[in-house]
Amino acid sequence: MALYSEKVMDHFRHPRNVGVIENADGIGEVGNARCGDIMKIYLKIENNVIADVKFETFGCGSAIASSSMATELIKGQPVSEAMKLTNKAVAEALDGLPAHKLHCSVLAEEAIKKALQDYADKQGVELEGLCLPEETACPACCGAPV
Amino acid sequence: MHVYLDNAATTKVSTAAFRAMEPYFTEQYGNPSSLYAFGQKAHEAITEARERIATLLHCEPREITFTSGGSEADTQAIRSAAQWGAKRGKRHIVSTKFEHHAVLHTLESLQKEGFTVTLIDVHEDGIVRPEEVAAAIQEDTCLVSVMTANNEIGTIQPVEEIGKICREKGVLFHTDAVQAVGHIPMDVKKQQIDFLSLSAHKFHGPKGVGALIARKDIPLLSIIEGGAQERGRRAGTENVPAIVGMAEALEEACRKLEENGQKMAALRDRLTQGLLQIPHSVLNGDAEKRLPGHVNVCFEGIEGESLLLLLDEKGICASSGSACTSGSLEPSHVLLAIGRPHEIAHGSLRLTLSEETTPQEIDYTVEAVTQVVQYLRGMSPVWRDLVNGKQPFVIQ
Ligand SMILES: Cc1ncc(COP(=O)(O)O)c(C=O)c1O
Ligand SMILES: [Zn+2]
Repeated sequence: MALYSEKVMDHFRHPRNVGVIENADGIGEVGNARCGDIMKIYLKIENNVIADVKFETFGCGSAIASSSMATELIKGQPVSEAMKLTNKAVAEALDGLPAHKLHCSVLAEEAIKKALQDYADKQGVELEGLCLPEETACPACCGAPV
Repeated sequence: MHVYLDNAATTKVSTAAFRAMEPYFTEQYGNPSSLYAFGQKAHEAITEARERIATLLHCEPREITFTSGGSEADTQAIRSAAQWGAKRGKRHIVSTKFEHHAVLHTLESLQKEGFTVTLIDVHEDGIVRPEEVAAAIQEDTCLVSVMTANNEIGTIQPVEEIGKICREKGVLFHTDAVQAVGHIPMDVKKQQIDFLSLSAHKFHGPKGVGALIARKDIPLLSIIEGGAQERGRRAGTENVPAIVGMAEALEEACRKLEENGQKMAALRDRLTQGLLQIPHSVLNGDAEKRLPGHVNVCFEGIEGESLLLLLDEKGICASSGSACTSGSLEPSHVLLAIGRPHEIAHGSLRLTLSEETTPQEIDYTVEAVTQVVQYLRGMSPVWRDLVNGKQPFVIQ
């Protein structure tokens, strides 16, 4: 299918960082099964650096590829950098996503930010500048445009 | 291995149909409307095709209007019935929740034009109950439209019973038989069908050609305006090779219908049994009242598009009712109509056989699907929650 770029297909076929981290320092889960995409991110954070990251995804090809790429983009990065991840960066790193699949990259950004927030909450610290996206209206349930 | 298991989407043109079409591209290419003998040869070809199809489906040749396919036939049938009804003050239509979009979207347009529509339930087995059709018919009902066989789950509807009810109540009856013609016996007279839609590319004919069979005493509304082709009911120079190919393909399909049906049904059941060995999977639609080549299964905890992409990697062409494969974000309306929850409907797989499908292909497919489902479940947070008991399984 020429629906996806080679990059997307590569990350879909060979997703990086699949799995779980036991006793993760931060966990973020977004999406719901009703809409067809769920992402869960696990973070291991040491000295304010993303020492390890894993993901689990229920979803389409671009959802799996977006999770994989997002984890690659933040792995080894300082928390302060990981916080700045955007869905745009994920989509660009994948050489683009079809318009109706951009929500998959949004989910990846959100999952990571949620996991960072979870980390901050557990540590009792504040991550200045971490803006959790508002609970995005699920396009499937609410009919909102993507 | 290249395994084509998407014959409900479209089929390969049969050799016989292809050969029959060939002369009409480069030799007998005249316009059937032309007066000279060269044009009349093409006209004769259409006439002969019409007669052959009429014989096969038990109608009169003049009751057949050639169209560009199933969608056009559906639209024309429903709009014609609506016009017939409106003239009699009847502006209510009965149909079902799992019709093809060619029907559902036409009905939506008619609703905007002041018609009311009742979509009846198709139950968990994907079968319409004739008594519910009868109950839905009102004083002002002009049309009942119920498909002969569903394109996603393959279930076969009690068309003859519904035809009888409609005839008794003086209501027109349309059936979208696009998936059925050439696959199961059809008899327009016996089944008391007023309108029947068919499409050649579902029975090894070419794409972009089909027909609307309409009872001769019901006027057809022309959807495409222009010349007087098809006795004024469908303008446009006829697609002569396609019409010839369609007749040839249908004749072959009907001739081999029983033999092919038995062969395919045996493989279909082998495929179904193999797939249902996968834990937490379920067959969609009644196991028996279904087309001989249709299998549709839901797997809990995974999403259909990723399943299709990985099967494609293994050379298997299949389809799914997941939202992500439809280009919309809603999963298949058919799976929702038979009561599958959204999260289950996302994990569906449709495999549709042809008479060329081999046991080797079936076994290969069962193995491939088993592997891929297991792999995807391994990375699914939904599956993890199910296995850990955090969420109850929907499919036991
Ligand atoms: C049940 C049903 N109706 C209508 C159609 C539309 O037919 P066509 O593609 O020839 O317009 C299809 C095929 O996709 C179908 O399966
Ligand atoms: Zn998706």
